[in-house]
Amino acid sequence: MSSIQDISITVSPGEFVVLTGPSGCGKTTICRCLNGLIPNFYSGDFIGELLVDGMNVKDHTTAELAAHVGMVFQNPENQLFSLSVERDVAFGPENLGLAREETRKRVDWALDVTGITDLKDKPPYELSGGQQQRAAIAGVLAMQPKVMILDEPTSFLDPKSALEILEVISDLNERLGITIILVEHRLDIVSKHANRVIVMDSGRIVLDGTPRDVYGEHARLIGIGLPRVTTLFNLLQRDGFEFPQTPTTVDAAADVLRKMLSR
Amino acid sequence: MIETKGLKFAYPGYSEVLRGIDLTINDREFVAIMGENGAGKTTLVKTFNGLLMPTAGTVRVDGVDTRDSSVARLSRDVGLVFQNPDHQLFSETVREELAFSLRNFGYKEDTIERRVATILETLDLARYAESSPFVLSGGERKRVALAAVLVWNPKHIILDEPTIGQDYQQKDRLRNFIIQLNAQGKTVIIITHDVEFVAECKPRIILLSKGLVIGDRPAEDLLTDGQLLEKASLTRPQIGQLMHQLRDFGLPERAIDVYSAEQAILQALRRKR
Repeated sequence: MSSIQDISITVSPGEFVVLTGPSGCGKTTICRCLNGLIPNFYSGDFIGELLVDGMNVKDHTTAELAAHVGMVFQNPENQLFSLSVERDVAFGPENLGLAREETRKRVDWALDVTGITDLKDKPPYELSGGQQQRAAIAGVLAMQPKVMILDEPTSFLDPKSALEILEVISDLNERLGITIILVEHRLDIVSKHANRVIVMDSGRIVLDGTPRDVYGEHARLIGIGLPRVTTLFNLLQRDGFEFPQTPTTVDAAADVLRKMLSR
Repeated sequence: MIETKGLKFAYPGYSEVLRGIDLTINDREFVAIMGENGAGKTTLVKTFNGLLMPTAGTVRVDGVDTRDSSVARLSRDVGLVFQNPDHQLFSETVREELAFSLRNFGYKEDTIERRVATILETLDLARYAESSPFVLSGGERKRVALAAVLVWNPKHIILDEPTIGQDYQQKDRLRNFIIQLNAQGKTVIIITHDVEFVAECKPRIILLSKGLVIGDRPAEDLLTDGQLLEKASLTRPQIGQLMHQLRDFGLPERAIDVYSAEQAILQALRRKR
């Protein structure tokens, strides 16, 4: 397990943060700290302080924190276990000890927000990967967390389902104001949604800013995968062309090139 | 050579996952099998090493019907690296994990030691030789699973979703490594959703959808066919999307990787001057 050092960050309510960096840099370790799995479940030296929604993770159990911080993993199969989607989504709120009607309300709401109301009676193993990940997100959402941490939630999905899941996540952020911390290597597909990118390397935070600020030379050197269009523009710049701003999305890149080519 | 004829497969009591597949994958080919979640990709490759037997039709590996062989025999020639390394790894140390199959195949201890050392070095795993595979990160465990198969030097290598959880540099290394394996004469078959990875290494793509082959073409052809991609829940690679948006400006849609796009744009801009 990798260790992390000198991590001092503040994530404000409503931010959409992408956390990235080479394999083994400590991204998953940070996620496990945020919901209290570290230090409450995994042993190790935990130095410093971490407050989540005002709660010190050392003083609260993971179960208590789960109502504030939701966690979604890479492989939805590992997260779903009930015989129906609805049962699965209800599991969290039931364990919070909520009244029956409140649980009902939350489950219906979570199914609706993630667009899987029609699937509520199906067993999770009959769903496609994308639908399973929606169900996993719904299960977390039903806890009504203020913060959602998603550890490469699209890596098992086909590209179309991946984009759809990112839209769901973006929607949670924009419409419901849920703070999103998304761990992802593939910056191509997430840059459109993020307003902040944090890059880690060897257990430390090395870059922290807007996508455009962060996707510079340093990020390339430590080996994070810049969006392909950003790389393309870096090459064109090297070839002697000047651009006011380096695009980080396909649409922005197309706009710049369209102007240059129709001059 | 791997050949399927009229290949069908269904798990007992379920509907058909593979619904009639005719394919020939020649020795030394580099092939990507793509398609939506549940298209039947993993099921298909499990018939290549005898883990699954066809419910109809045949699979022949180097001329031999898989029904007339065994998983133990087929595995020597067809190395399958699973998508989830945790389904594959079980030893206490990485070194032990890599030595396991060689011991089963009856290699001598000094050969085993040498081969394991080489593969540890090649896949950048030497520093974890004495670690438990289970303390490694997801990406690292995947490399151990790959190493555990490559170490016995199978002729055909199948990688199920090799890029999942790999960071950019590791994908770069993986790409070079795959190309190198292929150049050394191995048949390389990857199952992947990663359109970016495929756009950069440009294999022959076999596109599966709902248990049937719906496309079988070079990467540049297939990844620019909007209709086909839509059918298989795939997207154009990012550079392909850019070129598609700019097709009215005389840019080639087939430029699907950064470097060919750079050349195409430079040419177009020079024409303007």
